[in-house]
Amino acid sequence: MNLHTLTIAQAQDLLAKKEISSVDLTRAFLDRIDKYDNTISAFITVDPGLALKQAEQADQMIAKGKSQAFTGIPVALKDVLCTKGVRTTCASKILEHFVPQYDATVVEKFKAQDAVLIGKANMDEFAMGSSTENSAFFVTRNPWDTDHVPGGSSGGSAAAVAARFCAGAVGTDTGGSIRQPASHCGVVGLKPTYGRVSRFGVVAYASSLDQVGPITRDVTDAAMMLNLMGGHDPKDSTSAPEQMPDFTKGIAMFKEKGLSGMTLGIPREFLNLKGIDPEVKTMFESARKTLEGLGVTIKEISLPHSNYAVAAYYIIAPCEASANLARFDGVRYGYRDMDSDDLIEMYKKTKSKGFGPEVQRRIIIGTYSLSSGYYDAYYGRASQVRALIMDDFKRAFDACDIILSPVAPTPAFKIGEKVEDPLTMYLSDIFTLSCNLAGIPGISVPAGISSTGLPMGLQMMSRHFDEMSLIRAGYGFEQAVNHIELPEF
Amino acid sequence: MAFEPVIGLEVHAQLKTKTKIFCSCSTAFGKSPNANTCPVCTGMPGVLPVLNKQAVTFAIKAGLATNCTINRESRFDRKNYFYPDLPKGYQISQFAMPIAEHGFLDIEADGTEKRIGITRIHMEEDAGKLIHDPLRGKSMVDLNRTGVPLIEIVSEPDLRTASQAGAYLRKLHAILKYIDVCDGNMEQGSFRCDANVSLRPVGQEKFGTRTELKNLNSFKNVEKAILYEIQRQTYVLEEGGEVIQETRLWDPTKNRSASMRGKEEAHDYRYFPDPDLVPLIVDDAWIQDVRAGMPELPEEKKQRFITAYNLSEYDAAVLTADLDMANFFEQTITPLKNIKQAANWIMTTLMGMLNAKAIEISESPVSAHEFSKLLGLLESSRINANAAKTVFEQMIETGQDPESIVKEKGLEQVSDQGELEGMVDEIIQENPDEVQAYRDGKTKLFSFFMGQVMKKTRGKADPKVVTPMLKSKL
Repeated sequence: MNLHTLTIAQAQDLLAKKEISSVDLTRAFLDRIDKYDNTISAFITVDPGLALKQAEQADQMIAKGKSQAFTGIPVALKDVLCTKGVRTTCASKILEHFVPQYDATVVEKFKAQDAVLIGKANMDEFAMGSSTENSAFFVTRNPWDTDHVPGGSSGGSAAAVAARFCAGAVGTDTGGSIRQPASHCGVVGLKPTYGRVSRFGVVAYASSLDQVGPITRDVTDAAMMLNLMGGHDPKDSTSAPEQMPDFTKGIAMFKEKGLSGMTLGIPREFLNLKGIDPEVKTMFESARKTLEGLGVTIKEISLPHSNYAVAAYYIIAPCEASANLARFDGVRYGYRDMDSDDLIEMYKKTKSKGFGPEVQRRIIIGTYSLSSGYYDAYYGRASQVRALIMDDFKRAFDACDIILSPVAPTPAFKIGEKVEDPLTMYLSDIFTLSCNLAGIPGISVPAGISSTGLPMGLQMMSRHFDEMSLIRAGYGFEQAVNHIELPEF
Repeated sequence: MAFEPVIGLEVHAQLKTKTKIFCSCSTAFGKSPNANTCPVCTGMPGVLPVLNKQAVTFAIKAGLATNCTINRESRFDRKNYFYPDLPKGYQISQFAMPIAEHGFLDIEADGTEKRIGITRIHMEEDAGKLIHDPLRGKSMVDLNRTGVPLIEIVSEPDLRTASQAGAYLRKLHAILKYIDVCDGNMEQGSFRCDANVSLRPVGQEKFGTRTELKNLNSFKNVEKAILYEIQRQTYVLEEGGEVIQETRLWDPTKNRSASMRGKEEAHDYRYFPDPDLVPLIVDDAWIQDVRAGMPELPEEKKQRFITAYNLSEYDAAVLTADLDMANFFEQTITPLKNIKQAANWIMTTLMGMLNAKAIEISESPVSAHEFSKLLGLLESSRINANAAKTVFEQMIETGQDPESIVKEKGLEQVSDQGELEGMVDEIIQENPDEVQAYRDGKTKLFSFFMGQVMKKTRGKADPKVVTPMLKSKL
């Protein structure tokens, strides 16, 4: 049996039946990492000894009959999640040797179930980017075609799932950072409702937009992982008190009644956007037909302010980032420039040498936009646009249950193709950003393969806290679409 | 040209919560550096603030006690600046929507009453402190104070004199102590004051350029620094110069202030709403709860002292200016009948002793209970006023109780009719000339005879017995 091909649900089943052990499963993934990760570069940190110890512990728990859903399941974590005793870098030089004294709440949840935390995945530095090229350490390659980016910022997590280095992975999504790499890597990525998953211990990029979510092989695994990760956390004031349903019920719902009764909306503003790859358009058209075949009603809807989402996002996120990243000052932890003669020089040199160019760019944009005299024109205006975008969605969801769009305007681009052109890079988030601005959940499900052999994803968005509809429709779509086989290697 | 000073005060008061405003670290003072810290208050990556409800309750209490409107919704903002004692690179504060606004305090100064507006009260976290080691050329950071809850109380620019500023500050200080939300310790920095001072020609409405005074760590320094600043600005303006907008640091040893930073060096704090905290919603029930638990405030206590104890307005004001003093007074008079006498003893003898020792009533070597016993002895005529002073001094020195001091020193009053009569007779016999002069109309000599009696009894004769006796015999 090729253990690395198992989904979480399959592995869970076999572990429970004691047909496989967590140690064997973990070893299978570690072997693949050993063999292929020098090509893919999905991980910043892998500690095989620690992973195997966790696997042994999991096997003991299973033997004692104390098994839970994720006991013994090897999972990768984006290196933005704090892990007690294991270095957490955010793919930044400034945190290259930082070892947290605490676990993120999400990490605690995996540990509480004796999951195996197999490694810390590469990302764009501080989650700022759409290609994982902004990692201070190395570029992650797309397992479908290693000349291409895996997307970002959770590119390491998505590539690790696609390369079958782990059963599933945790990512974070501030403007599409789960959905876009999932789309580019042919896997499923779910950004939950803002507040659904605790942000405690997740190094902040833009606090009002950041959300933690699963990247998995299929929708079933995503539902299972959300079950584990979600729920109110008293350590996060923005975490929602909402009840946590069992999201796998969305799958049961599909099996029971399909998608009948569901209305799907397609924003007319998205259809006529410039710069959308014709293959993405073709994929979207055929996805629409597939869904129609499942009995849904499809409607054209309007998100009138969606044109301003990119502009608003690239003010709000940098503003928050400029404050969030202020703490990396070389005083208490992380990189410090040791050649400075005074405090101000130390601050300047530490930040100039510790942060990469994209991070510095966003800190500067944010600092400028919040400055006295500019606040109203930038942060103030962007916040107003954000409120209008929220209203757009509210109105849209009066008419439909799910909003459909492509995840990204193009399949994964080539490494280096957009590095020199940040604006084009920013536009690649055009379909995913408004979801974060509105705080609603969104999912990326593999929908097709381009003529060049790269996967493309379909995005579905739903009302606040209605991830259930995304699981139900996502699962239905996944079953109906031609099965997308991950690349062999 | 005559100038009118315009003064506004900004007071930072540390709230007396057990734990910090956004984490569960202790707020205890005087711990070893960084003992009271955790990942949240040291600004580690990924951690999040969670608001301390008790701090909110205290802020509401302060708002109600200073006649403010409590905002049903307020918000926390980030105030961005870099300094090693500020771990996150921003301070969480309330900028656009503070918890309380539009209050006032009535003060008495320069012989008149005045209402001083309170613009706003907002909540924020304190910063840490730097310890400089010049010998090693290093600076160390202590984050124990980081995240201790503060309220900042901003007055309207309604104050016109240094003494008004002093009166406002003392009143505010008393109120915060009365409602038990701040320990008021100015030396430890739990109650800190900055002053904004400007001058304008009398009759002009527009404010002049202001300066901000910092490091005013006592009531006296606040008044002195404001007086100095008024004089300085008057001098500058009279010489035809211009006041520069700047922050000035008061030097209490040199009794003068010096420029700390000018307008061009002023920070741009880039305030924006803190996305890690949700809007603070205070409902009516919460406000009602706080109102219900509100203790008697200085003004109410003063009125009660006037009516219940028949004290003068002045005495009641002095005794209620400080909560500990008011409590001392009330405990003292519980078993006593002569309240006026007790009030006088507290305001002269006791307060004189406190002033001489430069200590607070809470540090008094004589407790209210012991002090009450002393006044009891006076009230029942077992000792006279002179003896009582002697006993009080002995109490401070040795901590003994008044009863045993009286016994030990034989200070008990002589009230025995027979004993005193014999003495009075002797004195009349021994001083025939004075007796004659008294009888001829020199009644002032009465005190001479009284003095003779006191001399014979070494001050212990009861004047209430001796006076009528002397009068009849003479």
